[in-house]
Amino acid sequence: MRISHEWLRAFVPHALSPAEVGDLLARHVVSLDGIERLRADLAAIVVARVIESEKIPDTKLTFNKVDDGSGALLAVVCGAPNVSAGTLYPFARAGTMMPDGLKLERRKIRGFVSNGMLCSARELKLGADHEGILRLDVDAPPGTPLLDAMPIGDSVLDLDVLPNRPDLLSHLGVARELAALTGSAVGTPLELQKPSKPPKATRGARAASAKGASVKVEDLAGCPRYVAAVIRGVKVGPSPEWLGRRVESVGGRSINNVVDATNYILHGLGQPVHAFDLAKLAGHAIVVRKAMPGESLVTLDGIPRKLEPWMTVIADGASATALAGVMGGRDSEVTDATTDVLLEVAYFTPRDVRAVRRALGISTDASYRFERGVDGRNTGAVAAQAAGLIVSVAGGTIEAMLDVGSAQRARKAVSLQPARVARLLGARVSATEIRRLLTGIGFAVKPSKGGAYAITAPSWRHDVSRDVDLVEEIARLRGYDLLPDDLKPYRPGTVPDDPLHLAGSRVRDALVAAGLAEVRPMPFTKGDGSPHVRVSNPLAEDEPFLRTSLLDTLARRAEYNLNQHEGNVRLFEVGSAFVPHGAGLPQETLRAAALVMGDRRPPHFTDPKPPKYDAWDAKALAETIARAAFPGCHTTLDPADGEVLWTVRVDGRDAGTVRGVALDAPVWASSAFGVEIALGELSSAPPAAPGAHAYKDPGHDAGARFVQFRPLPTTPAAEFDLALLVRNDLAAAEVERVIRQSSGGLLERLVLFDEFRGAGVPEGMRSIAWRLTFRHPERTLRDKEIDGRRSQLLKTLENILGVVPRTA
Amino acid sequence: MTLDEFKDGCRSLASDGPALIGAAADLDAWAEARNALVGRGQGRLTALMATLGALPHEARREAGQLANAVKVELERLLEEKRISLSAAAPAAPVLDRTMPARESWRGSLHPVSLVVDEICAIFREFGFTIALGPEAETAWYNFGALNFPADHPAMELHDTLYIEGGGLLRTHTSPVQVRTLQQYPPPIRILAPGNVYRRDFFDSTHSPVFAQIEGLAIDEGISFADLKATLTHFAHQFYGSTRRTRFGPSYFPFTEPSAEMHVEVDLGDGRGLRWIEIMGCGLVHPAVLEAAGVDGEKYTGWAFGMGPARIAQSRHGISDCRILFDSDVRFLDQFAR
Repeated sequence: MRISHEWLRAFVPHALSPAEVGDLLARHVVSLDGIERLRADLAAIVVARVIESEKIPDTKLTFNKVDDGSGALLAVVCGAPNVSAGTLYPFARAGTMMPDGLKLERRKIRGFVSNGMLCSARELKLGADHEGILRLDVDAPPGTPLLDAMPIGDSVLDLDVLPNRPDLLSHLGVARELAALTGSAVGTPLELQKPSKPPKATRGARAASAKGASVKVEDLAGCPRYVAAVIRGVKVGPSPEWLGRRVESVGGRSINNVVDATNYILHGLGQPVHAFDLAKLAGHAIVVRKAMPGESLVTLDGIPRKLEPWMTVIADGASATALAGVMGGRDSEVTDATTDVLLEVAYFTPRDVRAVRRALGISTDASYRFERGVDGRNTGAVAAQAAGLIVSVAGGTIEAMLDVGSAQRARKAVSLQPARVARLLGARVSATEIRRLLTGIGFAVKPSKGGAYAITAPSWRHDVSRDVDLVEEIARLRGYDLLPDDLKPYRPGTVPDDPLHLAGSRVRDALVAAGLAEVRPMPFTKGDGSPHVRVSNPLAEDEPFLRTSLLDTLARRAEYNLNQHEGNVRLFEVGSAFVPHGAGLPQETLRAAALVMGDRRPPHFTDPKPPKYDAWDAKALAETIARAAFPGCHTTLDPADGEVLWTVRVDGRDAGTVRGVALDAPVWASSAFGVEIALGELSSAPPAAPGAHAYKDPGHDAGARFVQFRPLPTTPAAEFDLALLVRNDLAAAEVERVIRQSSGGLLERLVLFDEFRGAGVPEGMRSIAWRLTFRHPERTLRDKEIDGRRSQLLKTLENILGVVPRTA
Repeated sequence: MTLDEFKDGCRSLASDGPALIGAAADLDAWAEARNALVGRGQGRLTALMATLGALPHEARREAGQLANAVKVELERLLEEKRISLSAAAPAAPVLDRTMPARESWRGSLHPVSLVVDEICAIFREFGFTIALGPEAETAWYNFGALNFPADHPAMELHDTLYIEGGGLLRTHTSPVQVRTLQQYPPPIRILAPGNVYRRDFFDSTHSPVFAQIEGLAIDEGISFADLKATLTHFAHQFYGSTRRTRFGPSYFPFTEPSAEMHVEVDLGDGRGLRWIEIMGCGLVHPAVLEAAGVDGEKYTGWAFGMGPARIAQSRHGISDCRILFDSDVRFLDQFAR
């Protein structure tokens, strides 16, 4: 909401600067988005004093020495007749951009250098006067910016008015707050003080008519109150200068005196007002009703609108001519030819206006206010002011006031205990102060039973229904900054850290340590034909689905990097995946995923061509993630088929996969490998019914799985290597299983450390080498014993698997 | 074993030994020779000495002296050889110490995560724990339970992405408040970090997904003064202990009174100190407590919500928010550890 500083002053006389007003409002009323200085085009103009002035012979020009506050006197040539030494004038230094958009240059005139210009009112767009330069009658030292020295250049406060405070969508509303904060009162601006006295209103519960005009409200639910002023004999034309300035100060465009007056009422008093050309209303009648089936209307913006039978319209004797509370119709618009006006000042039901506005997708200044709620008990008075304003700027006479329906009911009082205020704010506020603060902004405060107060909100406030709402009013008006802020002891909470969060944190730390970069991409995807959860109103139609896999997202991100010619990509994410789940919400799981491609380590002069990431790195990453996520659990990576290289199982349950990742990649890119592991479910099932709770059983601590220490060995180990010829179709794991089985209890460690194909190894086979470490807990193992185990083992391997040692 | 046999052993050692030692061409060969002659396990002299006990008693003295003389001589020769070999050993290759270290890849956390982690760390000191909730939510948890009036302009502040077949993508982390209050009795002190969704076009200042972090404290006797105290302390930890803070009015359906907190900071952009809004906050609306089955007369509390992405952007001078989502390794690498 744009609030003009000058306009505000017309409601509340005060001597505060725009910045001071902004600060008061930001601390007590509403967020301030900024202050815009109108006439910023004059920012470079300064006050300067002419010290000496000499006529240049044979010309109308004078040569002047000017003090512009810079310390040195400037030479300036001037063509105006009224320059006199010792006087202050507005001065533009050479280099200044003038309001007409031209840059002032330093130049030579008749052999005299001129370093700037003494300005006339017209050159500064401060008026039409071009008879001479503008003599300044101000008390300001040379060099003062003109805007600071003179009351020109209104400022606009940009307020971020939130939906709870529609009363702040007008200068009057903001003025009420400012008056309360400065201890003054809201007055009536001069421009509203000369109303032609309107005739007594003709009232009716559903209809009223007078002087050949009539109002009938068939849809009282959509329009509880409709006041029409009938004004005849207006002369539509340009607005007076002050009115045009008001409209422009809030960002509008001056159209004509009648339309500008309605906009004045909208921005000044917060009441949308619409002027119909009475002559264009069939039967000089207004009928507020639901739209007829099939009815349509061309609105002011020239767009034909199809109307639905649930929409409230303003019709004349024949057809719909305006959308109630949203926009007028083109056919009944006020034009330069208009002489008789019917002025509409009404209260439309917020929900209905909102429904029409949403259905038709048009938002106007009027609908914005009606759907948030205007003052429902002041319609008649605003109508009189609006009609008076039109007459004062466009002439004519108010012939009739038609008033149909009834005002909104007075609000119910809310009970407030001063003790509750103290409890919620942590500071005592006296009853006297509570009363002072609340009455200051129009609340009625009456003592009631038990030390409580019965407090009634004014008709323009729709956001006060519970005592906490009053506590907010008290807190903000006093100022949040006045409340104490000492740290006090607190009781520890009952909520343990979510185990999923802890698991996710450990995974992140482990993957960062492994050299991967965390990403936070968007979880939307274009899908791949498999079942996906769809967003019903997506912004980007090319990615309307929620992902079922994080690795899918990482693959797209890897492709993005390849497009940037970055082939070393190591990304990971901890985030949500969404799997369709019957008719309800998707099944959401928190997952960790990683993708690696490119060099396994940075090149070094000792290792200029490091190897590329391969499947074994991905397998290791899977183990890293699983160990971090599920400490103490038994993780296995089971070989899988096809694209999936391994299935990750944690304590026997499927937790994820390791896979090669197919990318849309350039030829130079190396292969990509990925891991995706589910950390756990983020359930959307309600823990309890609305209004109820179902506290979790605190349970017992699930015995932490601490590492149990094994005493260090006191005897030496004995080890030997076993290089075996293994058929390609025989899994190394199978050989290992047999080795373990046949080695007896003294086998301490078994490490597969080499695989070789080539010279000396028959086709279809490979040589795999293991190192076996044996240790007896109490004594040194003898060579004979080890040799015995070795030959026994080889015999068993040959018998069971047909595996023989590789002979060099 | 006789004395003569023993003496033969000594003599053969005395004659082989010097040849073996003399033949050692480097320190490795020297060590081999030493092991073969006087080594503790397999050394020939050691083996010979072990047979001393098998000699007749009267011969042992002479044998021992003889063996010892051989040992002294061998050790002298070994030491001499060691010194000469050491002197001749080539010096270790000279390192050009200006050459680069052998690096490994440095991983990184996302700048938004860094901010989230830092905020969590500060609030942890005040006894806050971390709670999570689903991003795909029901309308009741996202709006109804949080006192959003049905069909009201307040909804315009939360342009929502809906899920086909029902539900929506949460527009804020506040649903976690209600889910937590339904599952745990007061006192409650939680933080709820997470992604939230708005139906915004993706441009330099908007994104349909962004991070939010929510805080909630509920107990008997909690007041706005506690909110101010905790959040002010947080701001001093996060932005610096000399930073000024202030609170101004705001509106959220789920807090009453509602406020926004401002901190005076220098963002390092050359504009000097200025006030910036860092979070919305307020006392939890009694209607929210009631929706979660908590006695709104007995318990009070406060909540806040802030946007870590915006903080990360201003802190690192990131003017276009899209780069936070691109996952460009050249960007991420700038935050490497």
